[in-house]
Amino acid sequence: MAWLAKSLNSSLGKKLLMAITGLFLISFLLVHCSLNALIFLNDGGVAFNEGAEFMGTNPIIRTMEIVLFAGLLLHIYDGLRLWLENKSKRPVAYAKVDGAANSKWYSRSMGLLGTLLLLFLILHLKHFWYFSRLTEGLEDHTLYAEMQAVFMNPVVVVVYVLGCISLGYHLLHGFSSAFQSIGWNHPKYTPTIKTIGAIFSIVIPAAFAAMPIAFYFHLIH
Amino acid sequence: MEGHLNLTLKIWRQKNASVAGKFETYQVSGISTDMSFLEMIDVLNNRLIEEGDDPVAFDHDCREGICGMCSMYINGRPHGPNRGVTTCQLHMRSFQDGETITVEPWRASAFPVIKDLVVNRSAFDRIIAAGGFVSVNTGNAQDANNLPIPKENADEAFAAAACIGCGACVAACKNASAMLFTSAKVSQLALLPQGQVEAASRAQAMVAQMDEEGFGACSNTGACEAECPKGISIENIARMNREYFSATFSSK
Ligand code: SF4
Ligand code: FES
Repeated sequence: MAWLAKSLNSSLGKKLLMAITGLFLISFLLVHCSLNALIFLNDGGVAFNEGAEFMGTNPIIRTMEIVLFAGLLLHIYDGLRLWLENKSKRPVAYAKVDGAANSKWYSRSMGLLGTLLLLFLILHLKHFWYFSRLTEGLEDHTLYAEMQAVFMNPVVVVVYVLGCISLGYHLLHGFSSAFQSIGWNHPKYTPTIKTIGAIFSIVIPAAFAAMPIAFYFHLIH
Repeated sequence: MEGHLNLTLKIWRQKNASVAGKFETYQVSGISTDMSFLEMIDVLNNRLIEEGDDPVAFDHDCREGICGMCSMYINGRPHGPNRGVTTCQLHMRSFQDGETITVEPWRASAFPVIKDLVVNRSAFDRIIAAGGFVSVNTGNAQDANNLPIPKENADEAFAAAACIGCGACVAACKNASAMLFTSAKVSQLALLPQGQVEAASRAQAMVAQMDEEGFGACSNTGACEAECPKGISIENIARMNREYFSATFSSK
């Protein structure tokens, strides 16, 4: 297996790892967002709480949760490693750089966007994952009720919206970039991948951002 | 119509690889808008020589956009403000009278500065030497239609072979990555039947050499493709990724 380790530790291999873990996290976002969108049924959280109950108790989902954390940690580790290594490849910086002339700012800022997302994620896990997994709160105090309570704080709402904006830009580059790293650049598929990537990067973060906003303004009860 | 410009130049001066460099500011006047950027530097250098100063060292050879020597990072972009040209093909009509122009060498640890604007790009040669060749005997030149190569493949291989090894892709990349260059050299052979024999070992050897030389990893910003004077596409990078990973699993 030394051959595999060697390949995965090459510059191309690190990118492949970034892409695979990234696509895995994207698939998680889709599940997470669809489930949370149940709150928009405006049924007092009945459907959402049932979904949350299922996700919290189903053994397959609970196993996937461990895989998810592993994937997330790998994505963070690989990203940090690439960021540090890539930075060291230009020890003397240019005095003047016109980056906007040849690339999008968010494609050049994936490390920064990722760091913002990580900070947001720590807060987010503290709010909801810690609540539903590590305390016995689910019986009388539902996850839905917890959302209602957390999103009464306007500062939290603003932080969540900013987190979603970071997510949107991270995805806008990351989604199609992952396919390129895997080697999937083809005139027949690439335009479609780019379109789906752009739609995904707008719709998913917008749906997420709508949740705290909807609670804060009492648009759902 | 020909005009004349007065310009302020901020040029990186560095005696050799082991001493620190710094910017020097020069004024040049009466520069014809029909001059190339290199000719403008020639004018400055003539004056510096007459004044007994050390002229600005820079690489150049063909001065017609085909050798890839004229590496200069001008106003924050490799080869200056225009797309699809090298510095020797950049004309002074692309600048405004009174402008300040910043000129720096390529910045990458794999491209150490030799003097002023001259960098050592021999890392590229070593990447080529690692695998950018075919060692099968291709025999005499064949009748044009004898080899079964689809037109699209021939065109793509030719487009990849247009890479002149100038290093603008590395200079433009925030990670100082050489993937556009290396992928062009992998692709021009991977697309043709003569290149199949060594396809797997080639991708592995060239990527290993590229990493060893200290180039960064690609983050798909696309800056290389935008700044490449020969319009090399990042589709080649995806192809190199495919070649490399299939070689990882299939090679013995
Ligand atoms: S790929 Fe383009 S920018 Fe890079 S070395 Fe070749 S010609 Fe120059
Ligand atoms: S001097 Fe040959 S490409 Fe510019």
